[in-house]
Amino acid sequence: MTGLKLTWRKFSRDRLAFTGSLIILSLVFTAVLAGVLAPYPEDVYSIHPGERLQPPSSRHFFGTDNMGRDIFSRLLFGARITLIISIIAVGASMLIGVPLGLLAGYYENWFSEAIMRVADVFLSIPQIILAIFLAQSLGPSIHSVILALSVTYWPWFTRIVFAETRTLKKASFIEATEALGASRIRTMLLHVLPNVSSSIIVRSSIGMGFTILTAAALGFLGAGAQPPTPEWGVTIAESRQFLPDAWWYATFPGLAIFVVVMGFNMLGDGLRDILDPRIRRGFE
Amino acid sequence: MHKNNLTFILKRILYAVPAIAGLLILAFVISRIIPADPAALVAGEMATPQQVEELRRQHGFDRPLHVQLLLYFGQLLRGDLGKSLYTGRSVFSDLMDRFPATLELTLVSMFLSIAVGIPLGIVAALKRNSYLDHLLRGFTVAGLAIASFWLGLMLQLLFGMWIGIAPLGQRIGVDPPATVTGLYLLDAAMTLNGEAFLSALKHIALPALTLSFSSFATITRFTRSGVLDVIQEDFVLYERAMGLPPRLVIYKYLLRNALISTVTQIGLLFGLLLAGTVVIETVFDWPGLGLYAYNAIILSDYQAILGITLWAGVIYVTMNLLVDIALGLIDPRKTEL
Amino acid sequence: MDGSGNNVLLNVNRLTVHFHTDRGLVRALDHADLRVSRGEVVGLIGESGSGKSTLARSVLRILPFSAEIAEGEISLSGEDLLAMKESDLNNRVRGRGITLIPQDPFTSLNPVYSIGTQMEDIVRWKGSAGIGEGPAGAKVIEILERVQIPSPRDQIGKYPHQLSGGQRQRILIAMALLPGPALVIADEPTTALDVTVEAQILQLMKSLVLGKGISVLFITHDLGVASQICHRIVVMYAGQDMEEAPVDVLFSNPRHPYTKELLESLPNAEGTIRDIPGEVPNLIQPPPGCRFHPRCSRANNLCALVLPEKKTVAEGHRVRCLYPLEA
Repeated sequence: MTGLKLTWRKFSRDRLAFTGSLIILSLVFTAVLAGVLAPYPEDVYSIHPGERLQPPSSRHFFGTDNMGRDIFSRLLFGARITLIISIIAVGASMLIGVPLGLLAGYYENWFSEAIMRVADVFLSIPQIILAIFLAQSLGPSIHSVILALSVTYWPWFTRIVFAETRTLKKASFIEATEALGASRIRTMLLHVLPNVSSSIIVRSSIGMGFTILTAAALGFLGAGAQPPTPEWGVTIAESRQFLPDAWWYATFPGLAIFVVVMGFNMLGDGLRDILDPRIRRGFE
Repeated sequence: MHKNNLTFILKRILYAVPAIAGLLILAFVISRIIPADPAALVAGEMATPQQVEELRRQHGFDRPLHVQLLLYFGQLLRGDLGKSLYTGRSVFSDLMDRFPATLELTLVSMFLSIAVGIPLGIVAALKRNSYLDHLLRGFTVAGLAIASFWLGLMLQLLFGMWIGIAPLGQRIGVDPPATVTGLYLLDAAMTLNGEAFLSALKHIALPALTLSFSSFATITRFTRSGVLDVIQEDFVLYERAMGLPPRLVIYKYLLRNALISTVTQIGLLFGLLLAGTVVIETVFDWPGLGLYAYNAIILSDYQAILGITLWAGVIYVTMNLLVDIALGLIDPRKTEL
Repeated sequence: MDGSGNNVLLNVNRLTVHFHTDRGLVRALDHADLRVSRGEVVGLIGESGSGKSTLARSVLRILPFSAEIAEGEISLSGEDLLAMKESDLNNRVRGRGITLIPQDPFTSLNPVYSIGTQMEDIVRWKGSAGIGEGPAGAKVIEILERVQIPSPRDQIGKYPHQLSGGQRQRILIAMALLPGPALVIADEPTTALDVTVEAQILQLMKSLVLGKGISVLFITHDLGVASQICHRIVVMYAGQDMEEAPVDVLFSNPRHPYTKELLESLPNAEGTIRDIPGEVPNLIQPPPGCRFHPRCSRANNLCALVLPEKKTVAEGHRVRCLYPLEA
């Protein structure tokens, strides 16, 4: 059985990873087809003051908000926003963090020290605070959120890639390839990268969950997406003054966040079990 | 061993200095170089063009960058973090004022997560794969997926509005106790002020519970895996083979090793808690640094935001330093130079 | 001393141990017999997977959770160890009647406590019958002197990672002797050491054990080491015990085909057992009857049907084979 087939077999048997990916696929599905699935797609922007704050019903599954907009439809579009923000942010952090980690791990000079020091500096402030700072410096918007999150998450990738690269370096096969005259970059790309890729994948999945929570928090605080964007955090912030009567206004966006982050965490945990046999804890 | 310990501590402190310096420089870059017009940001949205110009000259934003950097460090050393648009006072005094509230919330939350998380983690590890273990794992996985601000709102909804047993916000419902430390619970206890103590307790309950929820999940998880890792270690097998009493093995030999991983988590935990206070204080109207940050965001009070960022960074670095030192004291392998 | 009679300290009879794993039932031990007399050093020889460690762990009943003692008896001085209550076992047998010298001296010592602390805990909880009267600290120093650790007073504050492999092994030997045990189980005590240190440790063990009435179950895969310290050797293969004989007799006159091949794979009967031709049996689906029969040149159909009883072929020399070699 080829490596890929074996991985697929393990994957489909692992309930955690499987459920997680089902959830995520549903998320992607929803996000892409929001325009089709939403009963009131126009409610992203149009308001219906006559129908404000209606409880959940057969016409409005999750009720309406203070502008009479259908919450269910807005949540679906919010999924799109959430996905875009987190994919770009995590993707960008990966593009920045992984190469830096490879370089820092492979070389052992002042350069790698410098990279790790810079990473440490970025890690010395809790991510959300740094993100708020950045977002405010640029003016709050979805774009500044994406930028802020990318700039604050890359050190996690760098750290893990750095550690693994260093460990690998001690394995003799790296010396062997160098002795054979392979260029360093080639070695890094062809030999080191495939070996650290499983950690990168696991970290990305967990990072997605983390990023979604932070982005929602920024939206809630008003430091990120701004109303009337149907972002989940923004929606929850809007709902605050209408509690406790309009309980549906706050409850459903939060549940959406929960389900999605769960999905990514489950996938990450499941992937970790599959890809990284070192962390087997099933034996005595 | 003593000499080793001291050198280790000094080395770690020295190590923290460039971290803080780097942090300050990063803040400088973000506040002066990234924005289109730093002066306008600081002046705020309500400022007139003349006021912006005035500010620009006052703060030296029109000077060359390296001069600005020097001025910046000079200001910081003097403790000058600028003035807040919101309160009109110096940011520094605002931070000092609001710090005890956040500190109290963070400490209580940390205490809760540790007091509940560590024992549960140990039990989950010792009774691995039991019903209890699976329940706890499910609980912790869920805990890491819940947005804390949403949880806070839900708890507020449930206990504050529907059931009505918890206050909706603020730190205390009666006159605050006489100030000794600024931590209401401690001060009330020390001045034997029962009324204030109870009121403070009622008010801190929901925010602390919410804040500790996700960190509790992290601690339980890591304690569990820490204990599991240690259980499989050869020295535990040897201690069992030599018939050492089980209680000795667990509480003396196993625990210290497992704690190594837990203590490592406390540093990370503190960062999570600190970050969490921003949203939790907003939800519960808790008059600390988090709420200060929230107001600063709403009003685009830039100096305040800069001040908070620096402050958070310094606290976080200090906390990690303390954790490192603690680790060095628990694990003698760390102090090997 | 021939493993028989009233002098028997440890008696293992028809011990069968199974492990429950994801891949199936691993039959790690199959009706294994073993006897150790007082004051005797018995070597337990075998390749990895032969069941040597499983046997040792069964005696102390520190098998993993997935293990099951399916059949057999283990008794120490006549007392049934398998029927004993856990608390009794822990108080009287483990670390008292029977002590252990573990395989890896580095990982078997707790890294976050000084060796002095760990040794004092042994004195405090397991007694120090092996050393006599005095306060705990003094006893620790004395036993360290006995195992030839130089300047023991300076060493007791040290942590395991600060000591050499040889020193750690000496400390573990000291800890095994402190409680004054009747039987010491030494699990590959020299495997993790380099050759020069190995010789010293063996010499030390001999001086501490021989003639003092202490029995040793010496587990190893190194025939040379075994020949230096053991009175008798038991040869194991795939969970079954094949042959047992006094040391010189085993080397000069092996009667079991497996033992012969083992000896032949080492030109001077020195060194570690290397792989002999054929496949190591799968313990989930082991060969029926005598587990060596697929690789045995003398085997026939009968060998696959039944596991033979151990037969005495000479004084103190017993073989488990239907067609043992000529004398």
